[in-house]
Amino acid sequence: MIRPFGPTEFWFIVSAVQWTILLSAVAFAGGAVGGLLIALGRVSQNPILRNLCMGFIRLFQGTPLLMQLFLVFFGLNISGVGINPWLAAGLALTLHASAFLGEIWRGCIEAVPRGQAEASWALGLSYYDRMKSVILPQAAKIAVAPTVGFLVQLIKGTSLASIIGFVELTRAGQIINNATFEPFKVFGLVAVIYFILCWPLSIYARRMENRFAATTRR
Amino acid sequence: MGYQFKFAPVFANFDQLLAGALVTVELSFGAMILGTIVAIACAIGKTAGPKPLRFIIDCYIELIRNTPFLVQIFFIFFALPTLGIRLSPNVAALTALTVNVGAYATEIVRAGIESINRGQVEAGTALGLGRAQIFSYIIMKPALRTIYPALTSQFIYLMLSSSVVSVISATDLAAAGNNIQSQTFAAFEVYLVITAMYLVLALAFSGLFSMIQRWAFNYPMAR
Repeated sequence: MIRPFGPTEFWFIVSAVQWTILLSAVAFAGGAVGGLLIALGRVSQNPILRNLCMGFIRLFQGTPLLMQLFLVFFGLNISGVGINPWLAAGLALTLHASAFLGEIWRGCIEAVPRGQAEASWALGLSYYDRMKSVILPQAAKIAVAPTVGFLVQLIKGTSLASIIGFVELTRAGQIINNATFEPFKVFGLVAVIYFILCWPLSIYARRMENRFAATTRR
Repeated sequence: MGYQFKFAPVFANFDQLLAGALVTVELSFGAMILGTIVAIACAIGKTAGPKPLRFIIDCYIELIRNTPFLVQIFFIFFALPTLGIRLSPNVAALTALTVNVGAYATEIVRAGIESINRGQVEAGTALGLGRAQIFSYIIMKPALRTIYPALTSQFIYLMLSSSVVSVISATDLAAAGNNIQSQTFAAFEVYLVITAMYLVLALAFSGLFSMIQRWAFNYPMAR
């Protein structure tokens, strides 16, 4: 039986946005921790650690996010955890975000002038103090725009979790479309909601980038 | 963990995977070429067109860049038929990829065009070159050289995200994997092999692009 596209269907889709936001938040938080470790590994003195982190980044930047999701989803299944879309989507997107944020933040750390690290050495600061008080605060300023830019990419990426059965915005749209056969309204609405989530972030990222370019131009 | 890996049924169907990989390569190259044409047209429109046209192009770029590719492909494959535009899965996939990469590439091409010094264009006018000559030799040729690295990494990203077209039953590499997976139930092994194939494709694309770069831009840089 074909249902009409009424307020119930509308609110079903709109309320599914909470799962998109929650999954994005989980992946972003996990990716921030992982990304920081990867970035620090990429700029470390130890060549083995450096290459391991580079391999991790290359692997995740050279393969489709969809395949990463499938591998984690089916990998968890055969390792005895069972079918669990929440865990699979959260873990796969966290690893994905770790690799991308790691690469972005490596660039930001390397953009801090070398003299800063040398001065910290000369002052006898420990690795921890040098990173925490000198290098990372300066790198963080450079990192804001590209990090927010990646967050937009991550929010859009959570839509792929629908393919492994995670009910978020896109999957809610598919469910309603299968019941109502109103693809124009359904996917139009889904697209508008993603746009409302992502567009302000994109504008913010662009503004920060311009402001940063203006302050560093001499 | 007592799991036995079953790679034999995956490699028994390797011809299907190769056929799928070929479709992925075709879709990617098709979308690269068509997307670049879209991007150059839109970039010209954005830098030299009238205000309403610029507004429309801006809407197109922002709309595509702030919605997921998966939703775009659902829209093209499921919603366009209600307007009477019915596309086969592979054509819908190519259309969606072109529309998507066109928006990203427009911003890249526009940045390239804006990087050209106005003095160069004025010098061209002073030498009596026509509009078409100024555009192709003074603007586009050096602009393409500047944006080439950004454009080609966008193309590799395009090839990787093309795996999403398998959801509308296009016949690409990921879809070949879905087929084999449903016959053999060796899901993890299938996707492991396919992921490796995507990685090889990404490395091959990047190797090809740097070969083209050495061959095509092998002339001294204007100062």
